[in-house]
Amino acid sequence: MLTPLESEALLLSLRVGLVSVVFSLPVGLAVAWLLARRDFPGKTLLNGLIHLPLVLPPVVVGFALLVLFGRNGAAGAWLYQVFGISFAFNWKGAALASAVMAFPLMVRAMRLSLESVDRRLEAAARTLGARRARVFCTITMPLMSPGILTGSILAFARSVGEFGATITFVSNIPGETRTLPLALYALTQVPGGDQAAWRLTGISVALAMAALIASELVARRLDRRIRGAG
Amino acid sequence: MSAMIELDIEKRLGDFHLEARLAAPETGITALFGRSGAGKTSIVNALAGLLKPDRGRISIGDETLFDSTRGIDLPPERRRLGYIFQEHRLFPHYSVKGNLLYGGKGAKDQDEISFDAVVALLGIENLLARRIAELSGGEKQRVAIGRALLASPRLLLMDEPLAALDAARKAEILPFIARLRDELRLPIVYVSHAMEEVVQLADTLALVDGGRIAAIGPVEELTSRIDLRPLTGRFEAGSVLRTVLRGHDATYGLSELAFPGGRLRVPHVDLPLGSVLRLRIHARDVVLANGPVTGLSIRNSFAGTVVEVSPDRGPLVDLRIDIGTAAEPVMLWARITQRALHELKLRPGSPVFTLVKTVALDRPSPGRREAETEVL
Repeated sequence: MLTPLESEALLLSLRVGLVSVVFSLPVGLAVAWLLARRDFPGKTLLNGLIHLPLVLPPVVVGFALLVLFGRNGAAGAWLYQVFGISFAFNWKGAALASAVMAFPLMVRAMRLSLESVDRRLEAAARTLGARRARVFCTITMPLMSPGILTGSILAFARSVGEFGATITFVSNIPGETRTLPLALYALTQVPGGDQAAWRLTGISVALAMAALIASELVARRLDRRIRGAG
Repeated sequence: MSAMIELDIEKRLGDFHLEARLAAPETGITALFGRSGAGKTSIVNALAGLLKPDRGRISIGDETLFDSTRGIDLPPERRRLGYIFQEHRLFPHYSVKGNLLYGGKGAKDQDEISFDAVVALLGIENLLARRIAELSGGEKQRVAIGRALLASPRLLLMDEPLAALDAARKAEILPFIARLRDELRLPIVYVSHAMEEVVQLADTLALVDGGRIAAIGPVEELTSRIDLRPLTGRFEAGSVLRTVLRGHDATYGLSELAFPGGRLRVPHVDLPLGSVLRLRIHARDVVLANGPVTGLSIRNSFAGTVVEVSPDRGPLVDLRIDIGTAAEPVMLWARITQRALHELKLRPGSPVFTLVKTVALDRPSPGRREAETEVL
């Protein structure tokens, strides 16, 4: 059904999307918590910094990543020496680029849901003998679960569709960094690639729709649950 | 001497300045009474550890919960104070049972009240599997009480637990609160702005006004003080009497309740002799005469002395009359017209006869509703 090129791009996209969401989830949760619940100097700056990828040209983000996380970049060289991890021109770099680009969407959804959690319930839990950590796991997290889910799905969809930062940071290497949008872009650059491009477009649309519908269904269930009606 | 709840705190909240000093016995129900905005909830929150005072100390018994000079501030989860809020604050994503077990940690200490006992006490056996959204207001508040009890608190804090309920639901919950006091012997700090509730439930009354404790003492005493009228309000002006069940009269089906200086006969009360009962006598149910009266159907009549005449203007005046003994005064309020006051020539010091038409029994038995009794 799918050509080898198509399934390679699709699987790579899924992997890049999943890895970027899984790794940015705890960070996103922590940042959302900081922004929603804490006051500290530099909060506005942090908020702005996180939202930058939303408004900057993706190429700028890709270039910044290249400078920072390339093999000779400050962070990249250190990571390579200490942990042996490299983001240069491989799928991990694609995941990093996707994560950075999707991060504001994820944090925004989580932060909104965290702000809507009734803090009086948390106070009640503490008077019942629960420590902060237990309150967070048993009250706060379940009550913000629709936001966590929505944030994750949005970030996943954004990661799968990431183009500009990825191609700038890790280039367009078949089997390594050539995700769906990059494969599509490559096809549009060669004569006679129209039909194959249409097929990839279809796959992209199907993937995005599946993600959105799944998130809608699960969010509805979670919402019923936390309102105590399900 | 039993343990005390002691609190001496200061807290600035915007324009509001809380400066509360309180020492209440760690038994029975202590009511914090005052208008909304007087600082009642802030005091309870400070006790619970949900509001950090700027200065001061809070202790219960010999344990210090908060002391700004010694840098002690126990987190709420280590204070072992059950808190029942105005809104039930049940966790919507847990079932009733899940809510009840939240504070129990699953561990079963022997001296602690069991799950089954709490469920039976509150009559919530049939609700265990339900979700919170499926409960009525009264049921939610009962589950919230159960949840607090099962965290094995040493003291319960109740912040207007009935305020969000209608009259029928209030009548549903009140007996359960009385049972906590009488059957579990759990000390309770009870916030309210309804004097009716306070008089029915509380032993100790603390009047809160403008962020301060204006007065604290036994309910009977504070409600009979004219100078505190602006704070206690003219709710259903009346007096509260502590009496002891002394005898039964089988012939007429009556019971005798003794107080220092006299005995009241009321329709039979089904309690053992020696039971302590609290009576409320509305000022409007007390009739005054300037000498002994015969040929009346009212049987409860006591000689007394006018102590105080309320300075209120208007057609009605309230008189405070001592019908007790020299050693133990017992104060009774009577509401009569200005004209009667004038014609009977009553003033502080005047001897007077009081005739009591109706009493309200507040504590006939744990869990039973208050009964208004004609004692003609």
